[in-house]
Amino acid sequence: MKALILVGGFGTRLRPLTLTLPKPLVEFGNRPMILHQIEALANAGVKDIVLAVNYRPEMMTAALKKYEQEYGVNIEYSVETEPLGTAGPLKLAERILGKDDTPMFVLNSDVICDYPFKELAEFHKAHGNEGTIVVTKVEEPSKYGVVVHKPDHPSRIDRFVEKPVEFVGNRINAGLYILNPSILKRIELRPTSIEQETFPAMVKDGQLHSFDLEGFWMDVGQPKDFLSGTCLYLSSLTKKGSKLLTPATESFVNGGNVMIDPSAKIGQNCKIGPNVTIGPNVVVGDGVRLQRCVLLAGSKIKEHAWIKSTIVGWNSTVGRWARLENVSVLGDDVTIGDEIYCNGASVLPHKSIKANVETPAIIM
Amino acid sequence: MATLQVPVRGKAGGAPTTKAVILVGGPSRGTRFRPLSLDLPKPLFEVAGHPIISHCFAAITRVPEIREVFIVGYYDESVFRDFIKDCSRSHPQISVRYLREYQALGTAGGLYHFRDAILKGRPDRFFVLNADVCCSFPLDQMLRLFEEKDAEAVILGTRVPNDAASNFGCIVSDAHSKRVLHYVEKPESHISNLINCGVYLFSTEAIFPSIKSAIKRRTDRPRLVSYPSSDALDSYLPAGDDDGEKNEVIRIEQDILSDLADSRQFYVLETKDFWRQIKTAGSAVPANALYLMKAFQTQSEELAKPSANILPPVFIHPTAQVDPTAKLGPNVSIGPRAVIGAGVRIKEAIVLEDAEIRHDACVLYAIIGWSSRIGAWARVEGTPTPVREHSTSVVKNGVKVQSITILGKECAVGDEVRVQNCVCLPYKELKRDVQNEVIM
Repeated sequence: MKALILVGGFGTRLRPLTLTLPKPLVEFGNRPMILHQIEALANAGVKDIVLAVNYRPEMMTAALKKYEQEYGVNIEYSVETEPLGTAGPLKLAERILGKDDTPMFVLNSDVICDYPFKELAEFHKAHGNEGTIVVTKVEEPSKYGVVVHKPDHPSRIDRFVEKPVEFVGNRINAGLYILNPSILKRIELRPTSIEQETFPAMVKDGQLHSFDLEGFWMDVGQPKDFLSGTCLYLSSLTKKGSKLLTPATESFVNGGNVMIDPSAKIGQNCKIGPNVTIGPNVVVGDGVRLQRCVLLAGSKIKEHAWIKSTIVGWNSTVGRWARLENVSVLGDDVTIGDEIYCNGASVLPHKSIKANVETPAIIM
Repeated sequence: MATLQVPVRGKAGGAPTTKAVILVGGPSRGTRFRPLSLDLPKPLFEVAGHPIISHCFAAITRVPEIREVFIVGYYDESVFRDFIKDCSRSHPQISVRYLREYQALGTAGGLYHFRDAILKGRPDRFFVLNADVCCSFPLDQMLRLFEEKDAEAVILGTRVPNDAASNFGCIVSDAHSKRVLHYVEKPESHISNLINCGVYLFSTEAIFPSIKSAIKRRTDRPRLVSYPSSDALDSYLPAGDDDGEKNEVIRIEQDILSDLADSRQFYVLETKDFWRQIKTAGSAVPANALYLMKAFQTQSEELAKPSANILPPVFIHPTAQVDPTAKLGPNVSIGPRAVIGAGVRIKEAIVLEDAEIRHDACVLYAIIGWSSRIGAWARVEGTPTPVREHSTSVVKNGVKVQSITILGKECAVGDEVRVQNCVCLPYKELKRDVQNEVIM
């Protein structure tokens, strides 16, 4: 089987992190975001993966090389010279995606969930039509495009309603699809949207079904959701009793859902959790309080700091008694001075913060 | 009233005698010092380990010839009893008495009311110190200028930034002779950036006649005719409680100094040393800093020894418990029996008696009230303002808020809670983050 991952641009919504690394390489749960998808695809028997990007992918090629062997997959890069939307990249990669009759997975790279690729493939084969989209239930469907089914069929889609004012359903497009190569005929090589153009055409022909996603789902394309997604991911690991998590029996773990890389150092009298990931070579000083935060590789948290709802970028340093909260995001190699308070500070790489940031602001 | 040009030192061949008066005001005037004045009269509030008033007293004790000190105000008699006892114990050669006004008479009115007590033993001159002033009180220099100039009055002055000057009494002086040529309290327009520090040295033979004539003027004519500033008039009028009382209120600044400048040998000693008022509760933090720095410069034994975790100057009461991993300073005072936990950070702050700061908490630019409790990893924070700045408020999001965070008596801040630019009245518990608020 084959898959196409829609990577798109550099990921400006996840700046300042994506000023340093392309979004698929930003670590989510201590592994590059895209690796979660590659691993799940490989486990479902996918051999060929196409990454649709619209920038020069050298950095990614280099970073992902080793995983091709590890997961036994072949990764190709389909580079758009101009942005082709969400459908155009499929056409561009027709040579690989259309090389045989097996169906292909199509994924938005921002989506994090328990990828149900095996079940999805079986379901797709069973109904025998051209496409299946994964749907997830949401609390506020009015913010999304809602999927409405045919009255006489549990999975065949009748229509999409974009940002419904009245309740028509609570299942939304989760950004994961399985499609037969035949749909490539429906797409022209131009900037075009799979959601706006391809899918409505398939619905019209009764060729599109939905598949209910179990468990968590999150589009982690921006910092706030990146943090929420991390919470959901860690909770799901806890539910599964995953060995990736730090056992709650550790004295410093508070409330569980804590993932600490074995190379990280944790000081004395810390209180860590819930919902914290600590990357490789991170140093956490004595008396540090961490909750709902992500510490990326090589960062250093000095003694008595207090961090909540914050992403600390690679190699950044947080000073003693500093307090970071409310979706603060530190880029690569940022320094937060001792005793500094940051409320929703988005700090670009290599900056040093010496005065409080009291209201959410971008520090250039 | 005859003008006396006779040098005061000439009296009967003996050395001139000097007394001192500390003006403390009264409880109704302490409103700006809330919420701290709800539990303690302002003059007794401790900065740098000592009550505000005792910094004045200490300065007076450095003038050896002063044997008699009066505390004048309208607090209850009992308020200063312990303080006076302490003074008599530490300085038995000095008599300290509290003279209580039963109604607010104004600073000059109070002096006049107690003139018999002050004049007893025929002193040649006396100092007047406002208790709400924080400065180095260079009384000996004032005395020297007084004698050098054969003065009838000397005022302590300091320079402030031009834009701040009109909040104070402004002095115009002759640069060479130091003579005061003109004095206006809180002028509307810029007159001078040399301002009144609230510390005076008066000759007894000049000041009482001046006050007397001010009282006479008041009864003869509509008051404040000599006053050019309509702003000062406006702000003054509603201040009186009723008509009967208003007539008797005579203030040194408003009613006396301007006349002294016109008709007396009135000189100014300009201090280059620190000076600021202790008006609002928040101003106790810079006052604490200034007195601590002074103690540090004079290598006071009272201060905590500097170390990796003690950034001087820091005052720690001998009965306070401070964990060795806590980092304190600069400009921190820790009161009696306060408990400071492991990994705590305190900077530019006053922690009062019996307060407890739990581990890893951070207290910056704040006053922690008596018996208050700060939770682990909590952050109680004000906004730094330059020490030369005379205002204790800052504008945040277009709203004027207290720059110093103040917790009244027995307040509690929960674990990990952040309190910023807040004033919290006594006995409140803060469980959630708060900022830019007054918490009733």
